[in-house]
Amino acid sequence: MTTLTRRDWLAAGALTLGTSLLPSRGRAQAEAATLRFIPQADLRSIDPIWTTAYVTRNFGYLVFDTLFALDAQFKPQPQMVDTWTVSNDKLVYKFTLRAGLKWHDGLPVRTADCIASIERWAKRDQFGQKMMEAVETIAADNDNAFTIRLKAPFPLLLNGLGKLSSNVPFMMPERLAKTDPFQQIPEAIGSGPFKFVKAEWEPGHKAVFARNIDYVPRTEPPSLAAGGKLAMVDRVEWLYIPDPATAAAALKAGEVDWWELPPADLLPVFKDDPNVKVAITDPLGNMGVLRFNHLLPPFDRLKMREAVLNLVDQKDYMRAVAGDPKYWRTCVALFICGGTPFETRAGAEALLRGPNLDKAKALIAASGYKGERIVLMSATDQPIVQAQALVTAAALTKAGLNIDLQAMDWGTLVTRRASKKPIAEGGWNLFHTWTAAPDMLSPALNIPLRANGENAWFGWPSDPKLEALIDAWFKASDYAAQKRLAEQIQVEAYRGDVPYVPTGQFVIPTAYRSNLHGIIVAPVAFLWNVEKT
Amino acid sequence: MFSYIVRRILATIPVMAVVAIFVFALLHLSPGDPAAIIAGDTATPADIARIRAHLGLDQPIYIQFGDWVWRLMHGDLGISIFTDLPVTQLIAQRVEPTVALTISTLVVSVAVAIPLGIIAAWKAGTWIDRAVMVFAVLGFSVPVFVLAYLLIYAFAIAADWLPVQGYVGPSRGLWPFVSHLILPSIALGMIYAALIARITRASMLDVLAQDYIRTAQAKGLGSLRVLLGHALKNASVPIVTIIGIGVALLISGVVVTETVFAIPGLGRLTVDAILRRDYPIIQGIILIFSGVYVLINLLVDLSYTLLDPRIRY
Repeated sequence: MTTLTRRDWLAAGALTLGTSLLPSRGRAQAEAATLRFIPQADLRSIDPIWTTAYVTRNFGYLVFDTLFALDAQFKPQPQMVDTWTVSNDKLVYKFTLRAGLKWHDGLPVRTADCIASIERWAKRDQFGQKMMEAVETIAADNDNAFTIRLKAPFPLLLNGLGKLSSNVPFMMPERLAKTDPFQQIPEAIGSGPFKFVKAEWEPGHKAVFARNIDYVPRTEPPSLAAGGKLAMVDRVEWLYIPDPATAAAALKAGEVDWWELPPADLLPVFKDDPNVKVAITDPLGNMGVLRFNHLLPPFDRLKMREAVLNLVDQKDYMRAVAGDPKYWRTCVALFICGGTPFETRAGAEALLRGPNLDKAKALIAASGYKGERIVLMSATDQPIVQAQALVTAAALTKAGLNIDLQAMDWGTLVTRRASKKPIAEGGWNLFHTWTAAPDMLSPALNIPLRANGENAWFGWPSDPKLEALIDAWFKASDYAAQKRLAEQIQVEAYRGDVPYVPTGQFVIPTAYRSNLHGIIVAPVAFLWNVEKT
Repeated sequence: MFSYIVRRILATIPVMAVVAIFVFALLHLSPGDPAAIIAGDTATPADIARIRAHLGLDQPIYIQFGDWVWRLMHGDLGISIFTDLPVTQLIAQRVEPTVALTISTLVVSVAVAIPLGIIAAWKAGTWIDRAVMVFAVLGFSVPVFVLAYLLIYAFAIAADWLPVQGYVGPSRGLWPFVSHLILPSIALGMIYAALIARITRASMLDVLAQDYIRTAQAKGLGSLRVLLGHALKNASVPIVTIIGIGVALLISGVVVTETVFAIPGLGRLTVDAILRRDYPIIQGIILIFSGVYVLINLLVDLSYTLLDPRIRY
């Protein structure tokens, strides 16, 4: 028997240590095939129908697929659907699915899965609910084809099925789609270009996706959410880094490849770094919102809401929110500026003219305001919300309003805004938020615009005329009619109700390592087509 | 001794019960509704109400408490409201990074602080003593996050010696594991090193003034032997006490360090859960933390008997 000497043990130890220190060839190849991405928020839920969180929507685009998807011109294009027909009376839509579609568990995609998915989505999404009002039946013709019969023409049917932002009508297997829409699905089995690796999911830290080798992409080039979805990396890792300074350092050091939404104040860090690119991949960006509580005085009076309209200077808001002018623009269009289908300036004279303190004071006096306390809620853990609130507090105080700026966290704000109680019992008058542009592109999507009283979004505006115009817009048969009605809606919103005030449109650039190529210009960070060299 | 340990362990039960009631009441009485956070910005009040019902949050608080206690008695900490994953699984995922960070911080702190404290006491009144005290004041004064950013800039960005962020388990190699802990341990350990160094110095000064130390020196024993063999052991009770308290403080102190260095530990899990009102996670973690505190105190008390034979339980 050979006895190992102390020198042998030392040599063996040094060899083991050295091996663990040196990167292996396999590890280097894995680095190149892995895309490390810092998402905008932590992935907390894997059900994009249960929650409207944008991070879960983005997760959905990796894992699930859609029947239709919007292209760069915001027109619905087939995605999982191969062919479709519409009857002459516009009441019968027949769809055939693409051949060879498979779920991540290996089972084929069937029409029963898609029907259940549409039904679940429509129970949670307001566009979906509107669509289902027009639907008579959705029935499977066979495992590969299905028919939607309508009670009345609904020209936006394909737009609904291709809805871009939350809630997106993602397709799921029937067994998951049958889950109550107010409960989470237990697993994320989709048919999208990446598979979710649930075993490696560490909420608050990491989510992992593996390339779906069974995915059959469309042959068209990618265009927004439409076209071919080519997974160019074997593995995607979402690494949630809560501290922005650390995230910036990690990107500079090459520990991550792409940071979805770096804050504006850290962008100069990358200015002279040849390894990092800063780009605007979401040119439409987001819209700031000032919301009134229409149930409580003083903003239950139109004159007071008009007074605020005459105090708002969007430039002040945008300087506070986004800083550098190349990242923001003033925008009075309720359906977003930047060449969008329903962009208009109609009715927005007050905002276009800019602040008019004398007129605002006159409107305040005419409204009968007696100096009662106005509660403006602000979430200090949401920099964009907080910045807007500070600007509003200053502008309204200048006009003589008694502003009580109440600081809280976002979790408290979203709870309190559901309260209809008077101020003395914890009620509120004003709060700010912001919305991604795709969620405001049309009257079908712009939720804060709705003025259907008790059923409206928090603040509960009530304006039957505005609601009638929105109903008419849904039924409009062509784009010209939709465009005309969208203008009328905006005029009524600005002059007849003022459900909210847009505070400006801003973009948040994205930052990525220079060895990434093929990033799609879109309001959502799609991770297909992205190559790492 | 054995009966003392049993008594102390049994005494944790009422402590944990009080903690459980207090935490549950505090969470459910504080503002914030997880259903509203889940539902998102465009949800209607009806959507939120239905989600609340599904989560059982519309039940009276005593029923929610009863359900939670019943599950707790069966070893079930509940299910995370947001992720739909068991709280035990989420905590289990996070234990290793926090324990690794805590231990490495303690090692760094003790390895630096005790020698510094001994040297400062030995050279009391000299420039060495003053330099150690300046270090201690700096350690107390510089916030963890400031030191963390400076370390990241110097050692991860400028020198490119160490990683910026993240945690790698020991199963993926010794160096990746250690390299990810060096900067966080230094950043977090600075304040504890300062604390331990000051206590060590003060305790050693007391002991070094004792007659038996003078006797030992008069007998011709070397300085090192006097300091380590005679003085340090007798000065160690307050030092061990402060290290024990330090462990408890470290568990709460890791929150900032874990956030800055993106380490997926229990501290970050707690903060994330608080921000989104994920009640089962908050309740579970606080309960576990309180149990760990009690256990650490017990271990510190027991260690006294090893350090000082006069102490008996």
